[in-house]
Amino acid sequence: MTRRLLLLAALAACGGGGGDADCALPGDGPGVDPDGELCERLSSYRLFEDLAAQRPAEGLIPYDVATPLFSDYTTKLRFVWLPPGTTMTWHDTDAFALPVGAVVVKTFGYLHDRRDPSLGLRLLETRLLVRGTDSWRGVSYVYDEDGADARRAIAGAFVDASWIHDDGAERTNHYAVPNQNQCKNCHAAHDDTLDVLGPKARLLNRPGPEGSGVANQLQTLIDRGALAGAPPPASWPRGVAVMDPASGTLEERARAWLDVSCGHCHNARGGAARTSGLYLDLAQTDLHELGLCKAPVAAGRGSGGRRFGIVPGQPDASILVFRIESTEADVKMPELGRNLVDAEGVALIRQWIAQLPGSCP
Amino acid sequence: MTRAALLLILLGACSDDPCEGVEGTCIALSAGASTEQVQTALIQVPPGGTIAFGAGEFPFEVDLSLDVDGVTIRGAGQNETILSFARQATGAQGMLVTANNFTIHDLAFENTRGDALKILGADGVTIRHVRVEWLEGPRPTNGAYGLYPVQCAHVLIEDSVVEGASDAGIYVGQSTDIIVRNNRASRNVAGIEIENSSRADVHGNTATQNTGGILVFNLPDLQVANGAGTRVFDNQIFENNTENFAPAGNIVGKVPTGTGIALLAAHDVEIFGNTIRDHLSANLGIISYTPIGAFSDMSYDQYPTTIHAHDNTFSGTSDRATGPLGALLISAIGELSPNGPFIVPDITWDGVVNPADVGVAGKRICIHDNGDADFMNLAWPLNDAMKPARDLAPHACNHPALPPVDL
Repeated sequence: MTRRLLLLAALAACGGGGGDADCALPGDGPGVDPDGELCERLSSYRLFEDLAAQRPAEGLIPYDVATPLFSDYTTKLRFVWLPPGTTMTWHDTDAFALPVGAVVVKTFGYLHDRRDPSLGLRLLETRLLVRGTDSWRGVSYVYDEDGADARRAIAGAFVDASWIHDDGAERTNHYAVPNQNQCKNCHAAHDDTLDVLGPKARLLNRPGPEGSGVANQLQTLIDRGALAGAPPPASWPRGVAVMDPASGTLEERARAWLDVSCGHCHNARGGAARTSGLYLDLAQTDLHELGLCKAPVAAGRGSGGRRFGIVPGQPDASILVFRIESTEADVKMPELGRNLVDAEGVALIRQWIAQLPGSCP
Repeated sequence: MTRAALLLILLGACSDDPCEGVEGTCIALSAGASTEQVQTALIQVPPGGTIAFGAGEFPFEVDLSLDVDGVTIRGAGQNETILSFARQATGAQGMLVTANNFTIHDLAFENTRGDALKILGADGVTIRHVRVEWLEGPRPTNGAYGLYPVQCAHVLIEDSVVEGASDAGIYVGQSTDIIVRNNRASRNVAGIEIENSSRADVHGNTATQNTGGILVFNLPDLQVANGAGTRVFDNQIFENNTENFAPAGNIVGKVPTGTGIALLAAHDVEIFGNTIRDHLSANLGIISYTPIGAFSDMSYDQYPTTIHAHDNTFSGTSDRATGPLGALLISAIGELSPNGPFIVPDITWDGVVNPADVGVAGKRICIHDNGDADFMNLAWPLNDAMKPARDLAPHACNHPALPPVDL
């Protein structure tokens, strides 16, 4: 049989299941092989004691971030696995350096009713970022209908889902699971290689997930020997929660939203800034490069007929607002990872632009 | 006829294996292949491998992506293998390539939502016999760019066809060492555009029925700035009079309807052997960024320098010019010929020079041996101190020929 036929046969066999035991490292706890084959089924890695309930195996550390990226109103559960005896290494602004063998795990799901989380979560997918010897690899697993296990989705997938929204109305989404190449679209903050985005000091400086009993995640990571090189707590960057006015000024919260929503591509080493010259990460201090009175370069229809990225005082004249309010494939920003509008985030950016002083020529 | 020959004929006639004749690993995708099969092939193809599409239409609702070096994507012909994105719901382009030594040939992209084929940061790009088309003709809702290598090196685009892009049909941006030859670009806003790029040969192309035929631009605020060294030669550039349909806010929206060749803040450009005719606003326009707008990029050189236009054939007359830049031309013509006749010159220059470059021979705009082509210096901003002029004598000069691009 030629290689080509083999590949097609493998395609046809996708979802066949079974015979997946050898892909994981031997043992009882989590066993993701950092450089080996990736498993077809998520359960094979033994990352969870109870996969359907998302109860992590011992050593898989749950964490939360101060400002999450909007992902179509999904609820996201985050975990990190560090091989025994290894640690993450502190960085003031970038993501922490993770050791070979580390696995960052993120599960996406819809609360059945956002007004009452106790009614449970419909699981959609779990994404893994695996730190190999040379580089990171990304892979996603899409849950079976019953949520008991998830299968590898190399080429991505769509999942139709519905939930009861904050206002009590039913909402639906043709939820998109990214393909393997698309991991790089967001997780390429550093040149051309994959990297993690969430484990940053400013995002982790907050209490742990509900029910974890963790008062401060950074302190707990240090205490359990999982984080090295941290400076004294007084110098930790504050975790700005964009939807909590108590956590920062309007400016700080707007910049935190732009940083998390856009900054992974729109930064000096990111993909998007290569064609747009627009830099939206927190490190950006030049307001023109942040879009203030900046004409678009390659926006196409994304300009919406507006002249500048940000027009101070005029959200309705700002291309930035046009694009974050759009759901059209070639207009919307971020490009990937959302079909729906982040209404709360848009309101925050509108409020911020509305009070910016000055005008454009 | 021998038996062996018969067999060969049968094989040739009956084989529908898209991989036939391909050396090395080849993944065949026949009509009816699912999006999942196609994208999985694009992920699992080994470096140096081939993905071969058969004849037929392949509809996609999502964009495709390739991140494996050395891959060839091939089809059965630009009218036989059609990647159709008419029902595309997600993805800012039809296909995104982020891998080196990429080759694509003999297939078509139709009706992508955004850009058709975007290639980002690749060293080694070959595009041959590819068709990109938005089937409903020029519309602002069409995707921006057709064939779109950006921040690439060693780029060859040949024998391809692009129609309907709402920005540029063939656009090479922030790249180096480029050959764009023997293509046909029509009914786009810009037919072919070389932007912020260095060492490009654009020749043997036909650009017609666009808003502007061939553009060589340098823009501010991009990571790769001040491109230099473009030769535009032996092209047929005519009747690019399609009303500018770029969505508002885009720089290409400023190209006056009816422009043959436009140079914007371009450096080291040699234009020769072209046939350029029948444009409403200008057969050749040379302008600085100064009338366009403000910018904050301190490294940006906003003035066109070392331009050499010679031995081209210009023809056709026009009695109107369009858009804000056309309006500048109209007022300059009115200033010189208040009682008419109103005749649009073949070659228009905005007249803006970097004060530091005045009198520097090596940076001049040289125009000679273009038959009876007429000329206008707009003398922007056209005030009491600056008077427009039709005299070509100040541009009777030469620059050394630019070297050919060697890939």
